[in-house]
Amino acid sequence: MMDILQQLLAGFAIALQPINLFWALVGCLLGTAIGVLPGIGPALTIALLLPVTAQVAPESAFIMFAGILYGALYGGSTTSILLNMPGESGSVMTAIEGNRMARNGRGAAALATSAIGSFVAGTLGTLALTFLAPTIAELAFIFGPEDYFALMILSFTSVAVVMGTSRVRGFTALFFGLALGTIGIDTQTGQSRMTFGTLELLDGISFTVVLVSLFAVGETLYVASRQTRAAGVVYPLKGGAWMTREDWKRSWKPWLRGALIGFPIGSLPAGGTEIPTFLSYTVERRLSEKPEEFGNGAIEGVAGPEAANNAAAAGILVPLLTLGLPSTATAAVLLAAFQNYGLQPGPLLFATNPGLLWGLIASLFVGNVILLILNLPLVGMWVRLLLIPRPYIYGGIVIFALVGVWGLSTSWMDLLLMCGIGLIGYVARVYDFPIAPALIGLILGPQAEIQLRRALAVSQGDWSVLVGTPIAATLLAIAVLVIFLPFLVARFRGAMQESKA
Amino acid sequence: MLKKSFLTGVIALAFSAGLAAAEPAKVLIPANPGGGWDGAGRETMAAFNKSGVFTDGVSFTNKGGAAGTIGLAEFVRTAEGDDNALLVTGVIMVGGVISNKTPVSLDNTTPLARMTNEYNAIAVPADSPIKTPQDFLAALKADPGALSVGGGSAGGVDHVLLALLAKQAGAPVDKINFVSFSGGEILASLGGGKIKAAISGASEFRDFAKSGRIRLIAVTGPTRVEGLDVPTLKESGIPIEIGNWRGFVGAPGMSEAGRKTWLDRFEKLHASDVWKEALKAHGWEDAYLAGDEFKAFIKAEESNWTTALKDVGILK
Repeated sequence: MMDILQQLLAGFAIALQPINLFWALVGCLLGTAIGVLPGIGPALTIALLLPVTAQVAPESAFIMFAGILYGALYGGSTTSILLNMPGESGSVMTAIEGNRMARNGRGAAALATSAIGSFVAGTLGTLALTFLAPTIAELAFIFGPEDYFALMILSFTSVAVVMGTSRVRGFTALFFGLALGTIGIDTQTGQSRMTFGTLELLDGISFTVVLVSLFAVGETLYVASRQTRAAGVVYPLKGGAWMTREDWKRSWKPWLRGALIGFPIGSLPAGGTEIPTFLSYTVERRLSEKPEEFGNGAIEGVAGPEAANNAAAAGILVPLLTLGLPSTATAAVLLAAFQNYGLQPGPLLFATNPGLLWGLIASLFVGNVILLILNLPLVGMWVRLLLIPRPYIYGGIVIFALVGVWGLSTSWMDLLLMCGIGLIGYVARVYDFPIAPALIGLILGPQAEIQLRRALAVSQGDWSVLVGTPIAATLLAIAVLVIFLPFLVARFRGAMQESKA
Repeated sequence: MLKKSFLTGVIALAFSAGLAAAEPAKVLIPANPGGGWDGAGRETMAAFNKSGVFTDGVSFTNKGGAAGTIGLAEFVRTAEGDDNALLVTGVIMVGGVISNKTPVSLDNTTPLARMTNEYNAIAVPADSPIKTPQDFLAALKADPGALSVGGGSAGGVDHVLLALLAKQAGAPVDKINFVSFSGGEILASLGGGKIKAAISGASEFRDFAKSGRIRLIAVTGPTRVEGLDVPTLKESGIPIEIGNWRGFVGAPGMSEAGRKTWLDRFEKLHASDVWKEALKAHGWEDAYLAGDEFKAFIKAEESNWTTALKDVGILK
């Protein structure tokens, strides 16, 4: 313990050198900027910057990369909240309550709770990385395919149940997403499915296209269809630029719970930053004292997922640094950066290059502080975006979306899909179907299928393997409870009232 | 109208002449992060930069699955005529195209250079009762279905190797239990004992084997891999040798100038000390073969693999 503290202090001595502070600032700024743009993520940005490893000292390069990694998650929440257009897949859940808050004039509070929550969870995640990394890394070996499958089923059911105005709508949206996810070449057998003989569909439907279509295009069509001639209505700005006492009171627990959910799941090889945000949202909705506010801008629904995705980002570094096992595209690029310096991440690195590693870990703490300082004063400026008359804002969003989708693949098929799925998004908006379950189906559906088939292959077709481990059985039991508990509670209450009467 | 199309022509010309010189390369990696193709692609591009042969920067896209054919389809679809687009490829993709009967193949691309060859290794969890290649064959013969073996895509080198081993053991090839993985997840699954064995590139197993998480029981090359105290299949009396070459192809419709530029770059890279160090660091064998010879080699591989996949019963 003392040993770790001492080395961490030495790490701070490296991270706080002016030149490294400068690189941390560059990384944070870059990360925030790319977080705002859908389609451009930290992996791509760091990959583009890999050549700097030839010129810059390893400490400085990794400190900058760490800033990008964390910054992207701060930036991703801004467009989610203000424009209902998530910049990263980890920010989808933030859009739901965050954008409602912005419409109610509480955009500043939403941005603030997301920035502070990111800071709190990012710091907690980094602390856990500092002290628990080797232990947490072992989770990678404990989780088998059936456990991943159960975790994904839990994500499906919990989100489909809690989202939207009715269960039927939630599950309809989920199955729409799952159906989209089956398009393309099946990774287990190589057979093409639902491609209708088109080459363009062989590689599946890109997540970014669906994200942009359902959120940005659908929303724009909806606003346009409801726009009266007397345009120029702007969202009201009220409640000040800061969180109220009540906001703090309602935010701190979700921050902590989000961090608690995010870090371990983020550290799993097939975990990622998305699942924790789904689960955190569900948990907050269940635990909230004001569940009726959910769907209309509940601050807990912003605080929890935002904390969860930042803690997960710290979790991603666990298998990378302790085992040399990259679990996401970003981690793989970081691994490549290590190798550019002739370093191999893993247990040996802590012994051979303590300065670099502890400098990197210290810089994660520093980066969090920089991002908080960068983001909080900007809150006041960002919310002014909402003062722009709506036709201009939405015009800008559509152009932004078109350029993003085109730039990603320069594919006409993607633009057509964007229009088609955008129309579906509009219909969903009119008839009150939630969008998030569709996206979750699309992200996790193919993964759940792979894990299910792996589990069944290993068990030679024995379905009981799906409840064969304590983790899988527990997660599936919770998933079933999530579906049926509300019915049971309602029936129980009904019976109580009848007996009273 | 005429003026406009002239202008477009000029712009297009300026683009095609200028692109190969100053723009960053766009490398498509047809596998998820962390696997063999990912390492090969990123390491080669890093060596380009370090050796000073090509320093204009690189952007990577990972598009994994189905033996790299998903990435191949994406590449053929999006990169047409782009002189800076590269696709990482290898024998697994050749096999994948054949067994998946994909409508696109490497014939749609512009072959540039084969760079490395890597022999596979067979690994088991550290506490496995399987200690030698013979134990492995015995387990395969006893109950092929019970021996779940992880590997890359269905129909790839790993799958074919398992089928060849089953044939050698006298076990029915259609009963083997091959579990497809993409990327680094296979290491966690094997280390955690979720699968009984795994087949992958020797370099991917190296670090986990050194830290004692998994145990290597055999390598599939003609000689032992330097720095690894693991027997070859041949010295264990199993006459099987199978390798995993990797290389780069350019976009469909790559210009002659662009192709020359890249062939020149690969040649310079191959001659550099940086590249020799990279080969050593990753346990790759130098397998440099460029341009038309590489193209002819791909053709030969395609026919070899069609035969091999039919022999082992994967291709009906």
